[in-house]
Amino acid sequence: MTAIDVTPKGAAAPEHIPYEPPRQIRWTSTGLLLAFLAVFPLLFPNPAVTSIAVITMIFLVAAIGWNIFSGYSGYISIGHAAYYGIGQYTVALLALHAKVPAGWDTFGLLPVAGLVSAVAAVPIGFVVLRVRRHTFIILTVAVMFILQLLAFNLVSWTNGSGGLEMSFPTWQGSYFNEPFYYVGLVAAIVACAASWWVRRSKYGLGLLSIRDDEDRARGLGINATRTKLIAYAISAFFVGVAGGLYAPFIGSVYPQFGFDPTFDLAIAVLVFVGGIGTLSGPVIGALLLIPLQQYFYLQFGNANLYLIAYGVLFILILRLLPAGIAPSVTQLWRRALIARRRAAARSPAVPALAGQSPAGQSPAGQSPAAQSPAGGLPGAPPATAAVPHAGGDEVAR
Amino acid sequence: MSILQVSDVRKSYGGIQALAGCTMTFEEGAINGLIGPNGSGKTTLFNVISGYETADAGRVTLRGKDITNARADQVFALGLGRTFQITRIFPRLTVLENLHVATQRRGFVGQLRSWKSGAERSRAMEVLDFVGLTPLAEEPAGGLSYGQQKLLEFAFITVAKPSVMLLDEPAGGVNPTLLRGLADRIRSLNNEGITFVIVEHDMEFVMGLCDRVLVMHQGCALTAGAPAEVRANPDVLEAYLGSDMREAG
Amino acid sequence: MLVLQAIIDGILVGGFYALMAGGLTLVFGVMEIVNFAQGIMVVLGAYLSYALFSHLSIDPFLSLVITMPGMFLIGVAVYWSMIKPIKQDRVIMSLLVMFAVGTIAEGILDLVFTSNLVQISTPYVNNSFTIGSLIFPDIYVYAFLMSVVLLAGVYYLLYRTRFGRSLRASMQNPTAARLVGINTDWVSAYTLGIGVAMAAAGGMVFGLTNSFDAASSYDLISRLLAIVIFGGFGSLSGALIASVLMLVIQDVVAVVWSPTWGQTTFYVILILILLVRPQGLLGRKAVRAQ
Repeated sequence: MTAIDVTPKGAAAPEHIPYEPPRQIRWTSTGLLLAFLAVFPLLFPNPAVTSIAVITMIFLVAAIGWNIFSGYSGYISIGHAAYYGIGQYTVALLALHAKVPAGWDTFGLLPVAGLVSAVAAVPIGFVVLRVRRHTFIILTVAVMFILQLLAFNLVSWTNGSGGLEMSFPTWQGSYFNEPFYYVGLVAAIVACAASWWVRRSKYGLGLLSIRDDEDRARGLGINATRTKLIAYAISAFFVGVAGGLYAPFIGSVYPQFGFDPTFDLAIAVLVFVGGIGTLSGPVIGALLLIPLQQYFYLQFGNANLYLIAYGVLFILILRLLPAGIAPSVTQLWRRALIARRRAAARSPAVPALAGQSPAGQSPAGQSPAAQSPAGGLPGAPPATAAVPHAGGDEVAR
Repeated sequence: MSILQVSDVRKSYGGIQALAGCTMTFEEGAINGLIGPNGSGKTTLFNVISGYETADAGRVTLRGKDITNARADQVFALGLGRTFQITRIFPRLTVLENLHVATQRRGFVGQLRSWKSGAERSRAMEVLDFVGLTPLAEEPAGGLSYGQQKLLEFAFITVAKPSVMLLDEPAGGVNPTLLRGLADRIRSLNNEGITFVIVEHDMEFVMGLCDRVLVMHQGCALTAGAPAEVRANPDVLEAYLGSDMREAG
Repeated sequence: MLVLQAIIDGILVGGFYALMAGGLTLVFGVMEIVNFAQGIMVVLGAYLSYALFSHLSIDPFLSLVITMPGMFLIGVAVYWSMIKPIKQDRVIMSLLVMFAVGTIAEGILDLVFTSNLVQISTPYVNNSFTIGSLIFPDIYVYAFLMSVVLLAGVYYLLYRTRFGRSLRASMQNPTAARLVGINTDWVSAYTLGIGVAMAAAGGMVFGLTNSFDAASSYDLISRLLAIVIFGGFGSLSGALIASVLMLVIQDVVAVVWSPTWGQTTFYVILILILLVRPQGLLGRKAVRAQ
C-alpha cells in the first residue's frame, strides 16, 4: 500500500515509468520496518509472542539465504534442510566437545555453523549442480535424506535417534527469548545485505542470466559452474546460521528435526509467497507467514491440521499470486501509474484522478512530453519508442 | 589472411546429416556472408563453431588455435560472439541488464562491484541509443517485439567487443527503416577491425553489405567469392531452385 | 549362501518397488511432472487395503479390485484440479504443488488413522516355502508375480494400444501431438491415474510387509526418487533395473556389513553414477542447446 502513495514522485520523471518504487520510499519503508523489528520485543514482551518472533527471525535468515541461490539462479532446492541440519549439529557438537558454555558464547559459534555448511555445500553442490531442473530438485532432496540417514547412523557422533541435548543459557526466565531475537535480527540484516549485494553486483547479473538461459549465459563467457557453486555456498552459509541459532533455542538436535523435509517445504512456500528472486520477497513471506503458521500451530495444537492448512495455503497462493506478493504489488502500482498517466494524457484539461492524490496534477502537466518521448532518439522508429507508454501490460507477452 | 577455419566438419542427428564434411575459410577483417537454402547446415555450422554443439568429426580453428568442441564460454573468451536466428536474450532481465551480461569482468573485485556505474554503462547506453531501445532500457527484455529482441541481441554482443561476430539472420524481423542503420553499424564495427560472418536470407542486405559470400548446400561448402560472382554462378541458382524456390529471390 | 539369499530377497522386493517407481517415472515421462506425492499415495493405498481388510475382511490382493480404480480416479481428479490450472513454469510449479498435495494427504491420513504404526496381517503373512536352503516367503513371491503382471500390463498398454501410441506421442512432442488431434489433457490425466493406481498396488504390498504410518511416505518417496533418478527419468525398464539393484545392494550390504548402512551405500553409489552419467542409467540425454 505504501507503494501506491508514491505516484507523484515516480511520475516526476517525464518519460519512463519506473519498475520499482522510488529510492526514498524504499529507504523509508526499510527504515520503518527495521525500527519496528528493533523495538518489537519491548512492545510485546509476552514470552509466547517473543518466541514466535525468534522462530520468525530464524526462518527469515534461512529464507533470504535460500533465495540468494534458488531465487536468483532459478535452481529450486528442496533440500536446504541439509544445511539447516549441519548448522544445528555443528553448534551442538562444538558446544558439547569444545565445552562452550551456554549463553552468549554459543552465539559465537554461529559463523562457524555457517562456514561448516558452506564448506559442506561445495562438494555437494559440485555433484548436484551438474544436473538441471527437476533432476536437480530431486537430487537436493536425496542429499538431505542421505544426511538424515547419516545423522541416524553415525551414533558415536550424533547419538542417532536419541539426539543431542544442549544446556540452556543462564538467562532463564521472562527475558529468555530476547537475546536470540536480536542475534537473529542481526543475522537477518547481514543476510539481507548479502542478498542486496548479489542482486546488484556484476556477479549477481551472471547468476540471474543463468536463471533465464543458462546455455546462452555460458555462450557469453559466464563460468556457470563456478557462479552457481558460489551462490549455493553463500546460501548454505545463511541456512547453516539459521540452524545454528535454532539448536540452542530449542535445546536439542534430532536427525528428523535437523534434516527436516517440512523445513524445505516451508522455506519454498515463504519465498514463493513473498516473490521468488526478489530482494523483499523472502522478507515479506517470512514476516507474514511464520507468525501465522506458529499461530495455527498453537491454535490447533495438532500437527495434522497444521499440515493440511499449510498445504492448502501454499496451493492457493500458487494459484492466486503465481508471481508472489512483492512483484504483484509492484505490478499493481505500476498499472495504476500507467492508467493515471493515460487518463491525464487523454484529457489534459481535467486533472484526472486528482481526488486520489492532489499532487497528481503535476504529472498531468508533463504528460504531453510523456506522450512523444522519441525526441532524443535518432533513427528510432516512433513505434519503438511508443511501446512502453502505450501500457506495460500489453508489452508483456 | 584467414581468421576462422572450418575443415571437414561433420555432424548428424540420427540419420540426418546436417554437416557433411564442411570446409570453409573466413577472411580476417572481412564481412563474410554465408548463404544457402534452408536446411543446408548454416545454423548447425554456427552452433558447432561457437561451442553450443559438438561436431562428430573435423576441425575448427580460430586464429590458428584449435577450438573444435571447446565450451561455449571458452570460445567466447577467445573473442568469438554470436547471435541466434531465434533470439536468445534474457527475458526476465531488463534491456539494460541484458547489455551488461556479456561484459564479464575479470578478478574478484570486478565481480563484486555494481554494474550500474562506470564507462561500461556509458558504452552500453551508446549502443542502446543506436538500436533505438533507450526508452525501453528498464523494460524486461521478454516484452520486446521480435525485431527489437534481434537488435538487443546484436547490441549485447557488440558491447562485449569480440573480434569475430557470427550473426544468424540479423535482419529478420527488424524494422526496414533500421536495416540501413544496422548495415552501417556493421560496416563501422568492421572498420574497427571486427570480422563478421553473416547468415541472411535477405539477399539485398547480404549482397550490399558483404565483401565475400560463401554458399552452403546440403551440409557442404558449394562456392565462395565476391557477391557479384556468386550471384552469377549457375550452381548457386540451381542449389536454391532445386530445393526451395521461395528463397531464390 | 546368505549372500545368495540376500540377492533373492532383493530381487523379490525390488519387483514391487519397480511398480511404485514405475508409476512415478511414467508420469514424469508423459508430462514432465515429478509426482512428489507418490510416497503418500503408496501409503494411502496401504491404508485403503488395510481398512478393507480389517473392517470388511477383504483379502488385500482382492482389495486391489477396489483400491486401484479408486486411486485411478484420485489421480485423474488431482490432474484436473491441481495440475491443469498451472499456467507457467509447469515443471517446477507442478512439483511444488504435488509436494503440497502430499503434505495435505499426510495431514488427512494422520488425522483419520492416527500416527500409530499398523500392518496388514493376513493369516498367510508369515508363510514361506524353501528350495534347497533358500527361503521364499509367500507374500514376496505373490507380490513379485503381481508386479510382473502389472508392469507387463502397463508395457502392453504403452506399446500395443492406441492409447499407448497417443501417450508416447504426447511424451515426445506434446505440441505436435495436440496438432494431430490427441487430447493431451486426457492422456495426462489418465497417465497420472495409472501412476497413482500403480502406487495403490505397491502400497498394498508395502502394507503387508511393513508396519507403516503416514510419515513412512518420506522414506518411501526418497527411495522411489532415488530409483527413478538412477534408472533415468521416464524409463520404465530403467526403473525396474534400478529397483532390483537398490534392494539387492541394500540386502547384500546388510548381510556382509551392517543393516544400518544398506540404504546409505545405495545412495552413495547413486551419486557416484550421477557424476559419470547425469541423466541416469537409461535416461535420455538433456535437450540440445538450440
